[in-house]
Formats: sequence, structure tokens, C-alpha cells
Amino acid sequence: MTRLSELTIAQSRDGLTKGAFSARDLAEASIAAMESARPLNAFITETPERALEMAAASDARRAKGEAGVLEGIPLAIKDLFCTEGVLTTAASHILDGFVPPYESTVTANLWRAGAVMLGKTNMDEFAMGSSNTSSYYGNVENPWRRQGENRPLVPGGSSGGSAAAVAARVAPGATGTDTGGSIRQPGAFCGLVGMKPTYGRCSRWGVVAFASSLDQAGPLTRTVRDSALMLRAMASYDPKDSTSVDRPVPDYEAALDGRIRGLKIGIPKEYRVEGMPEEIEAIWRDGIKWLEAAGAAMIDISLPHTKYALPAYYIVAPAEASSNLARYDGVRYGLRVPGATPTEMYEATRGEGFGAEVKRRVMIGTYVLSAGYYDAYYNKARRVRALILRDFTEAFEKVDAILTPTAPSAAFAIGERTDDPISMYLNDVFTVPANLSGLPGISVPAALDADGLPLGLQVIGRAFDEETMLRVAGVLEDAAGFDAEPAFVAGR
Amino acid sequence: MAVDKATIGHIAKLARIRIPEAQQEALTGEFNNILGWIEQLGELDTEGVEPMTSVVEVRPTLRADAVTDGDCRDQVLANAPEPAHGFYAVPKVVE
Repeated sequence: MTRLSELTIAQSRDGLTKGAFSARDLAEASIAAMESARPLNAFITETPERALEMAAASDARRAKGEAGVLEGIPLAIKDLFCTEGVLTTAASHILDGFVPPYESTVTANLWRAGAVMLGKTNMDEFAMGSSNTSSYYGNVENPWRRQGENRPLVPGGSSGGSAAAVAARVAPGATGTDTGGSIRQPGAFCGLVGMKPTYGRCSRWGVVAFASSLDQAGPLTRTVRDSALMLRAMASYDPKDSTSVDRPVPDYEAALDGRIRGLKIGIPKEYRVEGMPEEIEAIWRDGIKWLEAAGAAMIDISLPHTKYALPAYYIVAPAEASSNLARYDGVRYGLRVPGATPTEMYEATRGEGFGAEVKRRVMIGTYVLSAGYYDAYYNKARRVRALILRDFTEAFEKVDAILTPTAPSAAFAIGERTDDPISMYLNDVFTVPANLSGLPGISVPAALDADGLPLGLQVIGRAFDEETMLRVAGVLEDAAGFDAEPAFVAGR
Repeated sequence: MAVDKATIGHIAKLARIRIPEAQQEALTGEFNNILGWIEQLGELDTEGVEPMTSVVEVRPTLRADAVTDGDCRDQVLANAPEPAHGFYAVPKVVE
């Protein structure tokens, strides 16, 4: 029999419903898997006692006939979500010892739906990164390896610990956050489904802020169905987040009917970037064939401002980060490094508490917002952002969804691409436009490259039309039949 | 718009981040690389384009001007590195 920790969310749900096993059985299997996966460094904090308590409560609810959408399902939580009474670090030294006295709205929604918390996952510091190598708590290893090679690879980032935990079959699902691709890119690197919902679909309340106009929470799972199940539980209107949107949350799972006949799928010519490996071109062509075979029509479209998305992002995101991270001053929580005056204390605390990438971005943000440069950089980027959104708005007059690759490469080795920040930033070239324009995007594992590493395809949908996006993603998933497993699976 | 080491020192001061003198040189180079790269936005004519303020159209909702939270001083102070007598303690501000 398959190990319980290797079941998907939907399989676990079905087994629980039939009484084949209990939430406690599932939690115990995942706790054992979490222990055996420690070499990956996917977790900053493990919460096995809490998992067992929550599982017992879940079994009791089920016995009374009160099962929620995710009743009894163990989940890993990115350490960017505040969890009441559990250390929350954002993978930064500056949040040393921070134990939130409150729960983020997204995690509260998950617990209300019956889910069980396994622990808090590692990530790039303050979600700034694409390789999970900027964490104060150390690098995360991708459970996948190149064929015939034992060099550890990055899991992608910033939700790298969440992706590694799901890929290694520790948990069937995990939360992530996506500011420029931080769910979709690690999803692609780890052979998972990673979804960024429409901006405003999930509440940002209680999620440590990076760039508030871009940040959005979403799920990392092994299947499209599981992604739909998790989003249904995570999404809500929240008066505590003025940018969350008051719309009913549909039953996303019901959208997975495979019916895409007659849908129009846009293929943007600007996503053929120079130097992109032929293998990625090839899976993109496969994706087109799969959707055509299911009856969808492919339409060539143009998103002319695509090449300006990354540079605009690297103004907007650092600008917002420099403002959001001003709160870490050593006074109210986290690390304090003493100084003779308050200013010296702030400078010492922030100098020691932030890692190199975070300092770089806070300083870039400070610069582009400073007097004399605000208009040339920040306002310029906001204008470019309006043009990027206009590209998509015009495209969606002609098409129902857009198909692109998720990332311009497969996972790379830890330590590669660290010499130049810009080469690292280029990881997000296909994912950033959806953040700048607030649109939902999902990465689906499509194939393995010649080295045996997973590659992903991305579907971008209309704002608040996650259902069409998921429907298309489900067809891709079925056609791809991706069933490869990583080199490391917990407990094997 | 290239920056020099003195500007880096000034930005670090504005951002309240202590950057040791020895690291400022390397940071200046990285900064200029990134700024040089983002300056490609200058190629784009954005005349007459309104800067984006919000990506989704949300009409701000009004709520009653009432106290809905509070009375939790101990919880608020629980994470303070140096709480004292129900306050945050900081280095001396006035002599």
C-alpha cells in the first residue's frame, strides 16, 4: 500500500471519508516523513505536537459529521504567514524569536476548513529570491537531482521550502506567496502545481509584507485538483485587508470538467526569449498540441511591453519593500542590536538583521523613492506597469487564457548564478508580468528535460477567472501525464 | 544615473542600515549594474500614461469609526526585545 504521506489531498480526503484511515494516521505519517526529510532543510520550525492535537480535533469533528473542505489534511505553511503561538521568521535574523499573538487570515481559513499544521517552511529571506539561498536558516535542497549527478539543486524560490516539502512527499500541500513568481517558479523547479490567484482573492492580513501591491498567497500541490481544493479554503473577503475583494468563492474543483472545446488560448510571441533552451520551446509546442487536441483554438497574440516587466518590477517591488521593512527597527519585536542612540540602534539592528539581498533591495527602494528620483524611477515604473496591464486587457478581448513556459530554465545547482543579481532576477521573466497586472497564473509540470529535471507550463487567466485557468491547467495535466518522482522521497 | 560610494553611504543612512566601509565599494558596483539595467525603461514613451495606483478596481469600503480592537498591552509587548513598566524601552533620546 502507498505510504499515507504520499497521497494527494483528494486521495486523502477520499480515504478519510471512507474511514480507511484517520486524520491522526495521516498526521503521524507526515510527521515521520518530515523527520526523514530533514536533510532538505525544508522546515524552519516543525510543529508535530500541534499537528497531532489538530488531527485529534479533526477526527472528533468528523465523528460528529462536521467535515470541512480540507478536513484532516496535513499542510506545510510558508514561514511568512503569522501563526498564533508559533515562531514566525520570514527566514530573517531580524525576526528572531517573533511569536505572533495572532493568526493570518489565510491560515485561519485553512484551519477552519479542517487542515492540520505540520510546520513552518523555509524560504528566501522576506520572500526576496528565486533560489531559496538567501534564508538566514540556510539553503533548501530540491528533492530532484540531475540524472547521474549528485550536486544539490535549488528548489526555486522564494517558496522553496514549501515546494521541497510537497515534492518530497512530506505534505500533500503547502502555502506559498508569489510576488514575482515565488509559487509558480518553485512549482516548476520541483515538478509541482503552483498557483498564484488573482490579486485580492486571498487576504494578505497576517502575511509578512514584501511588496504589498504584488504579494498574493496561493497553494503548492501535486495536482491541479488539489490546487483547486486548497484555493477554495484559502480565499476569502477580509475586511482587515482593504485590497481583498468581496466576491463569492466558487467551488473551483467543479471547474475541472476538462471541457475546453472552443476556448481561445493566446500564445504570446514575446515569451520566446533569446537563449531559452530548445527543450522549453519544445514543451511549449507540446502544450499547444495538447490543448488543440482537446478542442481549444490557439491564437497568436502580442504583449509588446513584456521585456519591460522585469525592470519595472525591480523598481516597484524594492520601493514597496523599503517602505514595508521600515518597521524592523529593533524596538517592538525581533532582533535588537544595541546602540548609544535610537538611530545607532536602528542602523546596527538593520545592518546585522538583514541579509545581503534584503539590504540591496531596501536600498534600491530607498533610492528610487528619494527626492529627485521618484519621478524618473518610481513613477516611470508605475506608468510601465499600466502599459503591461493594458497589453493583457487587450489580449483578453481576444482570448480566454494564455499559455507560456513558467521559467526559462530547469532547477540549477546551489551556488550557480550568485555572482550577478540580474542573472538571478531573470528567473522570473515569465512570471512577473502576471504579478504586475494582478492576474492569476498557474504552473503545471509538463515534462522532464534531458537531465531528468521537471519543466513547467504556465496558464495565465483573466482576473478572478481562476476557474477557466484551472480547467485549462487540468487538461494540460491530463495530457502531460507527468508521473515522474524526485530522487528523494521521504521515508523511502 | 550612476551612483558613487558617497551616495551609497547616504542611501544606507536614509535606509538606517549600517554598511561597513569595506562593503560599500562592492555594493556601489552592484547598485550601478542594477540601475543600468532598469534604466532601459527610459526607451519607452510613457507620455500621457497614468501611473498605476491599484491593479484591481476596488472601491474602498467605509466602516463605522469605532474601536474594534485593543486592550491587549501584554500581548503587544510580549515580543519586545526590551519591555519595561508596560512600555518599549529605547536608548536615551534627550540628555
